[in-house]
Order: sequence, then structure tokens, then C-alpha cells
Amino acid sequence: MFDNPDLLKAVFGRLTLESFPYHEPILVGTFAMVALGGLALVGLLTYYRLWGYLWREWFTSIDHKRIGIMYMILGIVMLLRGFADAIMMRLQQAMAFGGSEGYLPAHHYDQVFTAHGVIMIFFVAMPLVTGLMNFVVPLQIGARDVSFPFLNNFSFWMTTAGAILVMMSLFVGEFAKTGWLAYPPLSNIGYSPDVGVDYYIWALQIAGIGTLLSGVNLVATIVKMRAPGMTMMKLPVFTWTALCTNVLIVAAFPVLTAVLALLSLDRYVGTNFFTNDFGGNPMMYVNLIWIWGHPEVYILILPAFGIFSEVTSTFSGKRLFGYTSMVYATVVITILAYLVWLHHFFTMGSGASVNSFFGITTMIISIPTGAKIFNWLFTMYRGRIRFELPMMWTIAFMLTFVIGGMTGVLLAVPPADFVLHNSLFLVAHFHNVIIGGVLFGLFAGISYWFPKAFGFKLDPFWGKMSFWFWVIGFYFAFMPLYVLGLMGVTRRLRVFNDPSLQIWFVIAAFGAVLIAVGILSFLIQIYVSIRNREKLADLTGDPWDGRTLEWSTSSPPPAYNFAFTPVVHDLDAWHDMKRRGYTRPLEGFKAIHMPSNTGTGIILAVLSIIFGFAMIWYIWWLAAASFIALLAVTIGHTFNYKRDFHIPAEDVVRTEGERTALLAGVAR
Amino acid sequence: MSNVTLNGVPLRMAQISAVIMTGTTLKRFLAVAILPFLTMLTACNAVVMSPSGDVAAQQRDLIVISTILMLIIIVPVMLLTVFFAWRYRQSNTEARYEPDWDHSTQLELIIWAAPLLIIICLGALTWMGTHLLDPYRPLDRIAPGRLVDKQVKPLQVEVVALDWKWLFIYPEYGVATVNELAAPVDRPIDFRLTSSAVMNSFYIPALAGQIYTMPGMQTKLSAVINHPGTFEGFSANYSGAGFSGMKFAFLGLSDADFDKWMADVKAQGAKLDRNAYLELERPSENEPARRYGSVETQLFTAVLNRCVELGKMCMDEMSSIDAKGGLGLAGINNVHPLEYDKYRRRGAIFAPPTTYVARICTTEEEERMRAAAQSPLLSPRDSSPILGAGLPRPTAPLFGVQRRPSNS
Repeated sequence: MFDNPDLLKAVFGRLTLESFPYHEPILVGTFAMVALGGLALVGLLTYYRLWGYLWREWFTSIDHKRIGIMYMILGIVMLLRGFADAIMMRLQQAMAFGGSEGYLPAHHYDQVFTAHGVIMIFFVAMPLVTGLMNFVVPLQIGARDVSFPFLNNFSFWMTTAGAILVMMSLFVGEFAKTGWLAYPPLSNIGYSPDVGVDYYIWALQIAGIGTLLSGVNLVATIVKMRAPGMTMMKLPVFTWTALCTNVLIVAAFPVLTAVLALLSLDRYVGTNFFTNDFGGNPMMYVNLIWIWGHPEVYILILPAFGIFSEVTSTFSGKRLFGYTSMVYATVVITILAYLVWLHHFFTMGSGASVNSFFGITTMIISIPTGAKIFNWLFTMYRGRIRFELPMMWTIAFMLTFVIGGMTGVLLAVPPADFVLHNSLFLVAHFHNVIIGGVLFGLFAGISYWFPKAFGFKLDPFWGKMSFWFWVIGFYFAFMPLYVLGLMGVTRRLRVFNDPSLQIWFVIAAFGAVLIAVGILSFLIQIYVSIRNREKLADLTGDPWDGRTLEWSTSSPPPAYNFAFTPVVHDLDAWHDMKRRGYTRPLEGFKAIHMPSNTGTGIILAVLSIIFGFAMIWYIWWLAAASFIALLAVTIGHTFNYKRDFHIPAEDVVRTEGERTALLAGVAR
Repeated sequence: MSNVTLNGVPLRMAQISAVIMTGTTLKRFLAVAILPFLTMLTACNAVVMSPSGDVAAQQRDLIVISTILMLIIIVPVMLLTVFFAWRYRQSNTEARYEPDWDHSTQLELIIWAAPLLIIICLGALTWMGTHLLDPYRPLDRIAPGRLVDKQVKPLQVEVVALDWKWLFIYPEYGVATVNELAAPVDRPIDFRLTSSAVMNSFYIPALAGQIYTMPGMQTKLSAVINHPGTFEGFSANYSGAGFSGMKFAFLGLSDADFDKWMADVKAQGAKLDRNAYLELERPSENEPARRYGSVETQLFTAVLNRCVELGKMCMDEMSSIDAKGGLGLAGINNVHPLEYDKYRRRGAIFAPPTTYVARICTTEEEERMRAAAQSPLLSPRDSSPILGAGLPRPTAPLFGVQRRPSNS
């Protein structure tokens, strides 16, 4: 029956039984756990009849707040996967000494470190950052939604589609064994003939569409949908950083798309852009990928800077020091982000003039960054600092990030980079800024805006547990890597000869375990907070004595965010309103024009997954069919004219009436 | 190798840093701020902090000086953070509270100027350090205070990164080794590097900073080893499955020991010719050291131009032809189906069978030509990047061999 290989090939491409890693016990175990967990989840959802609710209220929702929350959930789920990879690496490197090969063969280990990098950047940091921006920005500028609400839903599902493709590679085939940026020639068909790099390419291409469109959306939103009176220099700082980040996304992500498309052409149709022969040049890839890659790190860190600004100002009970210089610093960083990419490969033989140019531009970035840190410092100066969780993360950030910044500037000195490039010192540096900067910022942001999103605060005890385990775990996990880097140990090694190194890897592994406890505490914190939501409830909508517009509406905000569009007179608009004795309007509500939900986004994303999968496995008929279906659904969607509806005035009156009653209850 | 003497540090980097602070201040700084740190690292054998080659030592100095420069601003910031956080805590009602104070021109000036000043110093240091320690720049000293003797010819070493081992060719001696490299103490070494398949990075932490090795491209590195000993060298850029085992021993030897070592190598019967190279090039992991008593001349040039296989046109030849306008449609007839390119070259799924461009002349003819060509007939158009204002364009290299990886 199955004796016709050509027919099998035509139907299944290069997908065979051998593509399923049933002979690798680690993966089979993981698969069993994931399958059981998945089945349990599906069972529960079915038992409680939640599918319809999820589909109507969440999956097809074009409400920026719900999409923001879904981004956060995606980021947190993928954090667990990315962190599992990290633990596996730490364990392997702590074990593989004195002739031991550790427990991971090269084939597996090389996938693990590639997946860790790809997942942490593209499917943890990016969704978390995008999710916060999505949730917060329209509220901060007094808008009812983003400019293009459907696009927002589509962007989210495309990002998720990319994440699903990466997860599929775990159980069907394999992931890339090339490192997270897949440098050719190693990633070219000659040296990576397997599906791993194709999974990498298609996951990033599909997720990249989502990221790019979400960038366009947020830029348009911030530029066009600000409340009356909110001039650019009255924009909350977080929104400023979001604007700069999205400008960076819009300008940088097409480069990634283009370079991955060129790599695909090399791999699929035999062009020679990045091959060794026939005039190809792998260094073009390295240049292009870093022209995207360096702005990418600022895409991640700028919103974190915005979060710290909001948090410092709110919890110091004080206006942000040096708002104008903060804005200019952000803009300067945005521009300079494009002028430094070559510092990622000083060691590829550029001339001294080229190297010193890029080294010095890199150092110049530390000037606006330094100014920002001073601004936070002087915001605290003569303030009344409340050490709630977001502020604790901010202090930890300020102390940790300056170390990462210092080692970063050190690496920007080309002769120093010649001895530290690709070493564990470098690994320690970028974890120092990404964990100490981006992740601490995200945790500050999550605990800061969580009550806005759900109407109750996060449990402080488990939050502090998570905080201390993360911070201490970070120092244990990465300070040894700095030392190892100075001992000349390079990254991505699987086995070691020198037994004197082992102790440092053991300490680092211990640090990773502490971080694991931190992550667990974070999950417990969410669980405990949901259980105690009555006790932790915030009825005012303004639990922290906030200063920006998002705190002027209820928690969680109604679908339309603001019954009346606020008018802005001051930088800290809500603080200003409170001071001037603002009273909530209680009558005169009108029907509100809102966009309607649509399932097109999720359908397009599913088709994209099928298309990506078919391209990865060379199943041409399926690729063609799903591509045609993609086009058909896209065109079909343009004929859908039922795109909006009005929330009747009575509903608005009822919602606002409930809020009035709540507030009265609080006042009493 | 635990001789991190801070007194031996300065000379060149210290001269530069004298622009920023006087030598004595620097020394005091070094002693107070960095000494405990360095001692700790020396105790745990931090080779980057206590190298045995002059280039690496200068790079180390630059690390130390830059770190100190930055600590001038980092330490106060960290102290202020803790101090402000403590002083202005909510429960401290003693502290002044000025909720509307958000601007001070003087403070703004300071917070922009302070980092700016540090970066101006660091930038100057970087500019000079980068030019002085450019791996392509021939050495002018072998140790602090010891200039290079113009009479001594640098040791030429041609390095090829193979999957997953290192090939070292000594053109001057006509020998080659695998995963073992030796050099006499205090004699400048002139590395030329390339790779056979994928990118690697050639790195001996005790000797000098790393440099990438890339297929079809040549990089260079100048270095010198000052202390005899056995040091570890490896690839610092992940290159596939066998990457972890891509290590080699670097031997710093006294002149007498080096001569003895070289005589030993020469006594080996094995010859590294094109066929032996093609065999060696196939992927293998954790290779033991190997020695070849003789080596085919021009092998490195052939590897660099990706034409070790007989009958395949060399890249430099191809670009010379193309620079003159190419062969036009006739060139299509010079393409042959590829029987064997590297070890597992596979075509893309939608591409015609992979091809290669055939040589026009025989390998022997070409080798004769290369050897004879002082002013080559086929000189390629000068497409090298402009290096900077006032710097002369590099002279057109022989046969386009000196292809420097271009970034700009």
C-alpha cells in the first residue's frame, strides 16, 4: 500500500515517520506532558462550556485591552518554554566536565540554545512588550481603541502562529542548529539541509508580519488618536517610548523580512546571495541581520524605560524630573540605534577606522541612557517613595542595569571586544541588560497595570518572593558568566576540558534554579491573586494614586475606555484633573461607535501556520492550497461591511451608573 | 601565568590614558580600585586578565582603563540610587518633599555633561586603541619598551578553519600541522586566515584577540607570544556539531625549542597535497594533533579561492574575468555539473543541479603563473573600500588574493 515513494513524497513532502523524534526519550517525555496538559485544558474548557465564550469574547475580540492581555499570556507561556531550554543548557554545561559528555548530544544541545534565543527574543520579550503597549497606550492617550482594531487582532494571531510553528518543531522534525541569528553559510542548504532552519525562517516571517503591522498600528494610533489638548510634549513618557519603539519596528523589521527572504531563496531556489561560491557573500547576511538586530534591542528596552519613568514618578508622588530631556534622550537613542550595528562583528576584519566609528557611536548611546538614569534618580530626589512591587523592580533595575550598561560600553571598545566577543562575558552582558532592563521593566509594568486590567491588585507576598528570587537568582546565574568570560570561555560550548571551570557553571546553574523559583512564585502570585481577588479588589480605578489618563477610568475599563473623551491640559493629565477637582460627568451619555469582532485574524493565522508547515516540509500542494486560501480569505474580508456597531446610550448609562455606585461605595 | 604586575602594564595604553589622567593618578586608581578584582580573577586563572602575549596584554590594559573610567560615573550612580531610595522613603517624613519640582537647568547640564565627558575620554582612547591594536597592523613592539627588530622576519602562518579542526601551514618552512601551533617566543607572528566551509573565529586568549575565519575571505592577525608555555586555542564562533572539540594547543617555544620542533615536523613523511587536503577537509570531530612534513605550495591560496579541487576555477580568476566584462553568454558553456563540492553540498529543492565553473587553464599552468606573476596580467579592478579620509587606497593586490572582508 505504501510502496510508492513518489506518491508518498508528493503527498507528504519530506515528512516521514522518521521526522517524529519518538526515539528521543526527553522529547517523548515532554510531548507526553504537553499532550496531557493540553488534553486536560481542552477537557476543562469543554466541561465548563468555555469555547464559545473564548471565541466570542477573546479570540475574535478586537478590543486592544483584550488583545494586550492575550499577548501577555502568550509571552508568559513562551517564557516557560524558553526557560526550560535555559535550565537544560545550564544543566548540560554544569555536567559536561572531565570526559563527561553531559546528557545532551550535539544534535539536541545545538537546537536548545538556538531555540532559547529565538523564543526569548521573539516570543517572550516581544509579545510582553507589545502586549503592554497595546493595553496601555490607547488608555494613556484617551483613545477608545487603536487606529486599526482588526489589524491588531490579526497581528496578535500572526505572532501566535509563529510561536506555534516553533513549538511544533519540538515534536515534528527539529529546530535550527545554527544559533539564534542563523548565520550562513552554516544556515545555508549546504550545511543545514534539514528542516530546522526552515522552521526558523517561516516562524519568524509569519510572526514578523504580526510585529510589523502592530508597529504600524501603534504609530498611527499615537500620532492620530491623542485626546484633545495632548500635544506631543504632553504625551506620557511610556507612550513616547512606545512611539519610538514602534518607529524602530516599522523601520527595522522589513530588513529582517528581506534578509530571511533572501536566505529562503538561497535555500529553496538555489540563488547565491549568502553562499560561499558563485559570488555569494555570507557577510552581507551578517550586516543585514544586525541592521535589524541592533534596533531590536532598543525596541525591547525603550518601553521598559517608559515603564520605569511612569513607575518612578507615580511611586515617588512627584512629577518626572526632566521630562523634555527624557523625551529627547529617547529620540536620540532611536536614531543612534541605526548607527551601531557593526559592533556585533568588530572581529570580522573591518578596518580600524570602521571599527572605531561604530565603537564610538555605540558609546554615545550611553550618554542619553545615562541622562535617563539620572532623571529617574532626581525624580526620586525629594519625593515620597512608596516601595510597592513596581518600585522595587525599578530600584533593582537601576542597580543592575548600570552594570550591564558598563560592560556594554566596555564591549564597544573594539580591542576589548577582540578578547571578549562571543565569550560568556558577552552572554552575561546581554542577559544583564535584557533581564535587568527589559524583564525587570516588564515585571514592574505587569504589577503596575495589572489592577487596571483586572480590577484587583497582585498579591504582594508572592510578588516579593518572585522579586527576590529573580534578582538574587539573576546575580547567581550571570556574575559567574562574567568571570568565565574573563577566563576565556566562549559561548555555545557543549563540553569542557578544564575542571577548574566547573564550579562557576555550578553556581550559574544554581542561579537558574533560583530564577525558576522566581518564575514559580510569579505563577503562584497570579493564582493567589485570582483566588483573593475580593480582598485585593480596587474599586476606584486608581489604586496607586496615578498620574496619567489610564487611571481616570474604571478597572477594568469598559469596552469603550472613556465615556467622554478627556481633555488634556497638563503632562500628568489625571493628576492635574484630580488637583483641579475634576468631577465625573454623570449624565449626557451618547451612543458610542465601536468596531465589531471578527474571526478573520485567527483564520488567516491558522492558514499561515499550514502554509508555513507545508513550505517547511516541501508539501507543495498544501502550500499552494493554503496560500490561495489565504488570499481568498483576505480578499473576502474586504467585502465584510459589517465592521462596526454602536453601543447604545442606555448601555453606557448603565455601565457608568454601576461605576458611580462603586465609587460611592468606596467613598462611604 | 599569575604575574599580573601592574607596573608592567602601561607604556602605550598608559601614554594614551595620560591624556586623561596623569600616570600616578592612574596607578593609584589601579591599585585601589582594580587590584582586589584582578587578584581574584588571577586566582581563578583568568587568562584574559593575565595573558602571555603583548597584544592581549594591551587589550587587557584597555579593558582595565575603560572600566575605571566608567566606574567614575557608575559608582556614584549606584550609591545615589541606594541613598535616595532610603532617604526619600515614604516613612521618612523628615525629608523634604517637593512634588512639583521637575526641572533644574544646572542639574540637567551636569547629567548630560558628565556622561559626555567620560565618553569623550573613552572615545579618544577607543580611536587610538583601535588603530594601534588593529589586528592587520604589523607589530611595532614585542613587549613594553622592546621595539620589533627590523631584521627579524615575522613567522608566517596560514590558518584554515576546517570542520572541526584547525590547519596551520608554515609557508616559510613548507610544513603543516593540524590542531597544533607553535611559535618562537618574542618573534612577531603574521597570521593569514580563512575557512573551508563555515565561519569560525580563531582565538588564543593568551596570545591576542580573536579574528573570524570566513570561507572565500582572508583575514589577518599580528601577534607575538612573550612567555614560553602551552596555551589553549579554539574557535570562538559556533560552527556546527563538532564545535566544542575544535581546540588546539598553541606552543610558545624558545628559539632552540622551536627549531627542534620544526625539525621534528619536517621529519614527518606525510605530505599535504591537494588530495590529502580534500580528505582532511571532510568533517571530523575531536581530531588529535597531526603533522605534515611537506605541503603543496599555493595550497592556502587555492583554499582561499575555493579551487583546491582540480578543474574548478579560482574565485580571484573569476572576479578578474568578470571585472573585465566577463565572458558573456559564452561563459555558460564553461559550467560543469558538480560532482563533488565540499562534503555534502546539496542543491536547493527548486534549483537545477549544482554546477561549478571550470578552469580555463590547468592547475599547473596557473600555479606557474601565480609564482611568476609579479605584475599580474589579470589584475582585478580595485573595488576595495575606501578606508578613511587621508588614508591611501590599498595597492592592488596580487591576483586579488588579499580580499579583505568588506563591511561598508
